[in-house]
Formats: sequence, structure tokens, C-alpha cells
Amino acid sequence: MRKLLLLTSTVLVGLVFIARLFYLQVYSNTAYNIFEDSAIKKEFNYPKRGYVYDRNGKLLVANQPSYDVMVIPREVEPLDSTDFKEFCRLLKITKEDYIKKLKRATNYSPRLPSPFVPQLSKKDYAVLQETMRKYQGFYIQKRSLRSYQTTIGANVLGDIAEVNRRIIAEQPYYKLGDLIGNLGVEKTYENTLRGVKGIKFIQKDRFNKNIGPYKDGIYDTLPKPGKDITITIDTNLQAYGELLMKNKRGGIVAIEPNSGEILAMISGPSYNPNLLVGRDRSKNFSKLYRDSIAKPLFDRGLQAMYPPGSPFKTLNALIALQEGVVTTEERFSCSMGYRYGNRKMGCHAHRSPVNMNLGIYQSCNAYFANVYRRIIDKYDSPAEGMDNWSNHIKSFGLGGYLNNDLSVGQPGKIPNAATYNRAYGENKWYTTFTISNAIGQGEVLATPIQLANMAAAIGNRGYYYTPHIIKNIEGDTVPNAYTTPKYTTIDKRHFEPVVQGMFDVYNKGTASTLQVKGIEICGKTGTAENFTIIDSVKTQLTDHSIFVAFAPKDNPQIAIAVFVENGYFGSRFAGRMASLMIERYINGEITRTDMENFVLRHSLEHEYKKPYSNEPFGINRQTKLVPIDEKEFHNILKLKAEIPKS
Amino acid sequence: MLRENQRRFRFDWLTIILFLLLVSFGYLNILSASHVGEITSYFDTSQLYGKHLIFLGLTFVLIILILSFEAKFYERFASIIYVIAILALVGLFIFGKDVNGARSWYGIGSMTIQPSEFAKFATALAVAKYISDMQTNMQTLKDQLKVVAIIFTPAILILLQNDAGSTIVYLAFFFVFYREGLQQIYLVVALSLIAITVLALKFGVLIASLVALLALLARYFLRKKKRASILQYLLVLGICVGFSYGIKAFYEHGLKAHQQNRISLWLRLEKDPAKLELMKKREAYNLIQSEQAISSGGLTGKGFLQGTRTTGKFVPEQHTDYIFSTVGEEWGFLGSVFVVLLFLTLIIRILYLAESQKSQFSRVYGYGVASIFFVHFTINTGMVMGLIPTVGIPLPFFSYGGSGLWGFTILLFIFVKLDSNKINEW
Repeated sequence: MRKLLLLTSTVLVGLVFIARLFYLQVYSNTAYNIFEDSAIKKEFNYPKRGYVYDRNGKLLVANQPSYDVMVIPREVEPLDSTDFKEFCRLLKITKEDYIKKLKRATNYSPRLPSPFVPQLSKKDYAVLQETMRKYQGFYIQKRSLRSYQTTIGANVLGDIAEVNRRIIAEQPYYKLGDLIGNLGVEKTYENTLRGVKGIKFIQKDRFNKNIGPYKDGIYDTLPKPGKDITITIDTNLQAYGELLMKNKRGGIVAIEPNSGEILAMISGPSYNPNLLVGRDRSKNFSKLYRDSIAKPLFDRGLQAMYPPGSPFKTLNALIALQEGVVTTEERFSCSMGYRYGNRKMGCHAHRSPVNMNLGIYQSCNAYFANVYRRIIDKYDSPAEGMDNWSNHIKSFGLGGYLNNDLSVGQPGKIPNAATYNRAYGENKWYTTFTISNAIGQGEVLATPIQLANMAAAIGNRGYYYTPHIIKNIEGDTVPNAYTTPKYTTIDKRHFEPVVQGMFDVYNKGTASTLQVKGIEICGKTGTAENFTIIDSVKTQLTDHSIFVAFAPKDNPQIAIAVFVENGYFGSRFAGRMASLMIERYINGEITRTDMENFVLRHSLEHEYKKPYSNEPFGINRQTKLVPIDEKEFHNILKLKAEIPKS
Repeated sequence: MLRENQRRFRFDWLTIILFLLLVSFGYLNILSASHVGEITSYFDTSQLYGKHLIFLGLTFVLIILILSFEAKFYERFASIIYVIAILALVGLFIFGKDVNGARSWYGIGSMTIQPSEFAKFATALAVAKYISDMQTNMQTLKDQLKVVAIIFTPAILILLQNDAGSTIVYLAFFFVFYREGLQQIYLVVALSLIAITVLALKFGVLIASLVALLALLARYFLRKKKRASILQYLLVLGICVGFSYGIKAFYEHGLKAHQQNRISLWLRLEKDPAKLELMKKREAYNLIQSEQAISSGGLTGKGFLQGTRTTGKFVPEQHTDYIFSTVGEEWGFLGSVFVVLLFLTLIIRILYLAESQKSQFSRVYGYGVASIFFVHFTINTGMVMGLIPTVGIPLPFFSYGGSGLWGFTILLFIFVKLDSNKINEW
């Protein structure tokens, strides 16, 4: 027993030590991460971010240097009061800010660098650089910020923002304070534009002194510059579209049908991309972000889903021809609407009976209700007919994501049999339950870019290219997903009557006042009822104005969808804007100045204020157009003059 | 003649191999911990690793010298060696040199010598000599006091020179006394006092007293025969409670601030995060750096001369007391366990050899050697890993320093010599 005391103590101590070592070195030690090692200083060398050009080679986005003050909290030494005051003065922060920022950085990590004051101006940097060595634990990191060469296209170009912690956790390439594309092409082409940053590992001693490269620099890398990209946007058209959208809310998407290239992509209200650069970025961004009424960050061209209304009728005509359920000359009667059972879908006054051509250019609801019923009822059960119809529609890129290179998007909605089975029960519904689909209402939703793409597919007589924004990547190719056509389920030969109908919309139909001399435009007006909830009462607002078009009629160069919130009937705002955009793109100048003046002179802001006015209000024909005052109109004309003629 | 020689010198080669492994691995780690930039020459005596290499060379001269003496020499001259060591310690008060507030060195030219490192083997010899005396009986209080005087003399001298760490090492002799017949009650009392100290500091006097009460009650009811009187039990309880109060008061008022903080950090007594942070910054900088270095080594370590924290000199005193953190960082869990096992094997081997000695002197001395290594290893390594409050003592054969290296070498090789002679003992 006496002999065993020291022996057992020795063995016991040995076991405890091995356990402790296991705990320290194996259990609580995740794999060695050089970025967590405070003995190794990491010096990042940020590459030039790629430039962005428009389709005509105009430089849109370049770079400017910026200087961030970074902090490594555990290395911060307390400053005496004069130094402290001086430091705060140089950084333009208060003492409370200093404490708050330091605390925030410490909470993130005492060992890793955090941005302390981001994006100093060049002047502040010059002053600060002189005295920086006095402030232990702080250093200046040079980065490159965006410099926008334009004031338009904020939703197209996007912006770059500091990475958040979630991104860092998902993608270890990014360190706190790094910038990443936030929206638009900056986001989708982030990896192309950003390049790869270079890094230098430097061995430090405990006094934070550099004592040489870590392992003779074998892990050090040089930065790889980002690649420049050319996007498909036509800046002049984009600028013109944004001008037309002033004082209105809505979206415009214009596509080149024979390539799928997006020529313009407008969302109103818009904002100046320069707001999201520099020290005021976060202030401005949260202002935009918090505007829950106008929602400037909501891209109405890509994200707003609405019932497409009448333009959708063209697809039903095409499907009917493909399915062989009507001929172009077959006539249906219309007496102010279509009756089914004891219900009625209303229509407006026009000639009757109606063949396909008249049906399209007069946008006759009764005609399309008949056609739609034939399409569905061709099959043994409504379910079968419904699924068949749904597949035809989806082949136009509706009812699903486009899978393109835009940072945001929405799938829209196209119902199928399952949709109604869910709503009414298995096979407990009939074609008439779904009759609103005939005129693009009911369960159908689409985004403007989907409608523009639909117009392109009709203009191409049966195929489309996925709408995309990349035209050229420096030293790289555009993915061939964008260069191979996607065919619809409709044979080419069925398109001509529908195209003719859309042409007659301009010739003698709902858009006959929107003709542009010398350009054969095919289009279709649309009007969508919409509702909001005011004090928990569902209230109808003025209709949305919708227009879908392509031009010229043969070998179209542009397909466009315009959508104006609460713009009332289709030809009032959307139709005018579409015609102007087409004329501007094809002719490079505007002859229909009357139309242009109408659009520029009228604001819809009063419409948007109605739901918040706490007063009863009228909609649609009860409303009056309100012209903007002369001063503002003058400003708009000045803006217009700044857009170069193309 | 040859056979005769073989019989007369049978060295325990396992011990010698363990020694060689320890000093060579120790040297490699000193090289890592002390080099600055490129190593131009391993013999560069302006560098610590160069100096240590010279110390190592001299160590082998020393070993040959020690082994060349008669084994009986050490027993015969034990008292004289002890007296010389004590005189050397006393002499420090007159001729000594202050380094970092401790007056523990003699300066001879550029060299310094630390007599306390040599006093250990001298004391071990003296203790062995005294206990192995035919007339000594460790069961009697008189002899117990005498032998305690032998170890307290150097211990107190060293304490007076402000080297508290080295003083604690002398507690190692408790293991020797216990092995040689010290009553069990001492062990019980010692363990109880340690338990009460920890309980009183961590949970307060009330809890400590309650635990003492429960322990005494348990003992009272479990022991049916030869029960002591209730009065005696009450007396013991009273002593326990008194001790709790005493130790608490001593902790609060008797200790220097830094000592108090070290204990507070060890037992995690401070609850206020702001104060704790400050305390850590002041007292636990070494410890935190050392733990980080060890931890960052992972399973296999960063490789020889590749430790980023070692290269950056993040752990102060890394080449001396904190040398084990270099092992941890550069050789990882595997290397650290290897070192732990080397020490365990060495201590157990010495214990085994000590038990097999025929002469009581050799056995007691061997026990002393094992105990001293045990205490050094436990306290130093335990401290570096953050298991024990900070106490500054070196890790044998690893920490930089000539005096330490030689002191431990002499300590070990006298025993190797004594052991080699057991064949001649009757």
C-alpha cells in the first residue's frame, strides 16, 4: 500500500494530462485555420473589379479607390484622451460611436479584423494615414468601390455591399468588410467581376511586429483581376424608358426576339445607382429598403406578378388552332358578353358575330370564352384538357422561372388540373369553373418579362431564346443555354393569323390611336383589375394598364411588355409607352411627340395616394388625369434632352 | 576480469535511454522556442540554443564524472554535500545576484549558477542518509521533526530568496517519508486540508464545514469498533471549521494580489466579466497564450520549427517554464503524449528500481529522485496546460538553463550509479 501511493499518483496524473491534451488539441480543436491564427497577419490585395459596358460599348460602371479603417479588437491599446479625441475627429465619429463600433467588432471576433469606419474619402484618408501608426490595432484597408458613369439602370446594374455574416459562413472566400454584388448584374456576375483577391501571410511576433513572410511566402497569392462584361442593355433605350416611367409605377421589359437579349429593363420608381456608393450607402439603402409603399427595390419588370389580361388571349387563339378546335373563320356571337349557366362574362360593344381576327383586335371576351371551352372540352375530362392547355401555355416560358442571369425573378402562375383538384376536389369541377383563364384572368399570373418573352415567341413564330442580360464576357463565352432556341408547342403555320390579329389591333383595334408611321407594330392591350385591403375591406383600385407588342411585324427587332400600375385601360399609358419605346428603338427618334408629351406630362402619384388618403375615392372612369406642374415638366424635358440620340 | 567488470557496473540502460530521449527532444524544442530568424550555426553561443548545446556537452562530462566515483562515496559524503549546498544557499544573501526579483543566482563572469537546482539532490542525499540510519524510526515524532528540518532548511532559504516555485518542490519528500513509514494519519490530514481549502475558496466556509461534518458523521457511523469519543469528533470538526475560516481569510488578506488572482482564475471564482477580463489580461496572459499554442497544434502539430505562435514568441518564457507549449504546438497531441509517456516511464522505472534496491540508502534516494521528477513534471506541465495555478518551476531536461539541466542530471545519475552497484550490496 505504502509503495503504491507515488505509483498511482504518477499514473493518475499521466491519465489526467493525456485527457487534458486530448481536450485541448483534438476535441476542442477544429482543423487548423490559418485565418484564425492571430500570429499570422493576412494582408489582402484586392483586384480591380471588372467594368460593365452596355451593348453599344458605353462604359456604365467603373471603379474608384476607397479606404476602410479596419480594427482587430484584441490589439487595440487604450488611447490617452487627446489621441482619442483626435482619432474620433479624424474618423468623424463620436465617442459613443467609437465604443459601440469597437464593441460590435469584439462581439464578432476579438482576433479577426472588422471594418471600423468603412469607405473614407480620399481626403480623409490622406490626413489619417499620417497618424495611423499611433493607433494600435487599427489599420487602413484599400478597396475598390464602384463608380457609376450613369444615373440610370440601378435595377439592372445592382450594387456592391459589405458581405454579411451569413454569406461569410456560407462562402469562406469572403471576409468581414469584403464587398459582394448585391443586386442586378453585380450579383449574378459576381464571380466574373470580382476576380480573385491576392493574399500575403506574414508572421508576427507578440508585439505585433512583422518578422517576415510566413513559410517564406509559399502560400501567398497574387490578385487576379476581375473580367469586364458587356451587357445587352441599350443605355439610351433604358434611359428613355425610365424617363417615360417618371411619376408612375410599373415595369417595362424589351427583348430582342432573335437573340433573347434584354434591351431595356425598367422598374418605376427607380433610383440613382450612385446613392449606393460610399459612406452614405447604408443610410440610403435602408431608406430605399424601408419604403414599403413605393418599393423602389422591388423590380416590377421581373418580380411583379399580375393577371396578364387580354394579351393572354393570343395564346388561347394559338392553342385552339394547334388543337384544331376552331378555324380562323369560324364565328361566335357576342351580345355584350358570354353566358354560361346563369352567369355572364361581360364584353364591350362591338360587331357580332366574331371571327378570330376580329376577336383579337376587338379583344372580344365572348369569342375567347367559346374558344377556351373548345380547347378544354376537346378531351374526355376537363382535367385532361386542362393539363394539355397548361402545357401549351408553359411552353411560352410562363408559369415557371426563366432560369436566366437576372438576380431576381418570379415564376408567375399557370394553373393545371391539379390546381383545380386542390381547390374543388378531385374531378369536382367543370370547364366553366376556369373560364376566366380564357381572358387572362382568374388563376393566371405573369411578370412583365414573361409577357415580353411571350411577345418575342409570337414574333418569332414559335420559339424564343431565354431572355438574358449578358452579351459578352472578357475572354469568355456566353453560356449556350442562352444561344439555343426554345420551341413552343405551336406549329409555325398557326402564328400568321394571330400575328395579323395583333397587327390589326394597331390598324383598327384597341390601339389604333397608337400607330407609328413607317413601323408595322403588332400589339395587344390589356387591363387588369386589382384590389387592395383598406381597413380590412377589399377595395378595388383603378385598373392596371398593360401592353404587349413586337415590331416590325416580320423579323421583329424588339418585343416589349409594358405594365403601369393603376394606369387604367391598356392603351392609355402602357400602349403609348410601348409604341414610343418601339419607335425610339427602331427609328432612334420620336415622331409621335403628342404621345410622348401625354406620357411625360401625366403623373399617377395621385392614384397611388388614394389608398392612404383615408377618404373615399373613385376609380377608373371616375378619376381624372392630373398633369404635372410646368416646372417639373421642364425638368423632365431637360432629362430627355440629356439622352443621346442613337 | 571482464566478467568481474560486467558484474560491477550494470547500468540501467532503459533509464539512460529515457534520459537521452528527453534531453534531445528538449534540445529540439529549445531550438524552436529560442531561434530568431534563420539559424546560421547550431553552435552560435550568442543564441540560447547554442548555449544549451554547450550545456548538453558538459552534461556528458558531468555524467562520466558522477559514474566514476565509488557508489559508497555518495552515502559517505551525503552530509557534507548537503552542508555545502546549504552554505551555497546562504551565501546568496551576500554574493547573490538579483534576477527578476529573485536572489537565486551566483554570477561568475557572464555565467550564472543557481544553487537551488543543486540543493535538490543534496537534500535527497541527506534525507536518504538520515532515514537509512539504523537508529532512525520514521514513526516517532522526534525523527519526523528532524527529517522535516533537513528539507525545510533549504526550502526556507529558497523561499527567502523569493523563489516560491522551487520551495514547493521540497514537498516531494512527503512521498519519501510516507514510503518509509510516516503514519497514515498525515496523508489523511493533508488530503483533508487540501479538500477543505478548495471547498472553502470555491463554495464558501459553510459548504466546506458541512462537507467536513458529513465526512465525520459517516466515519462515526461506519466505524462501530474503537469509536473515539464524541468530544474528539467535535474537536476535529471545530478544527475543520476554523481552518476553513483561516484559509478564506488568508486568501483574502494574506496573499499578494497576483497570487490571489492566480487562484481565483484557477478556481474560476470571479463572476464579474469585466473584472475577469482584466484579471485574465494581467495574470493569465502567459497561460492563455500557452493554452492557445498547445491547442493550435491539433493532432499532429504544425511541424518542427513551424509553430506560428512559437516563431512569433507569443508565449513569454517559452524556452524555460513554458517549453511544453512548444511541444504542444509543433508536435501536436501525438508529440505531447509522447513526452508525457516518457516522463511517466522514467518515474515508474526509477520507482521500480528503487524498490529493488538492497540498501535502504539507495532506495530512499531513488524514491526521492522519483518524487522530485514527479512534482516537477506534474506542476510544470499541469500549469502549462492550465490545470494548476501558475507556479514557476522548470520541466526537467526540457527547460532551458545549465543549472537546472545539471542539477537534474546529477540527481538522476547518482541514482543510476547507486543502482548499478546493487549487485555488490549484501
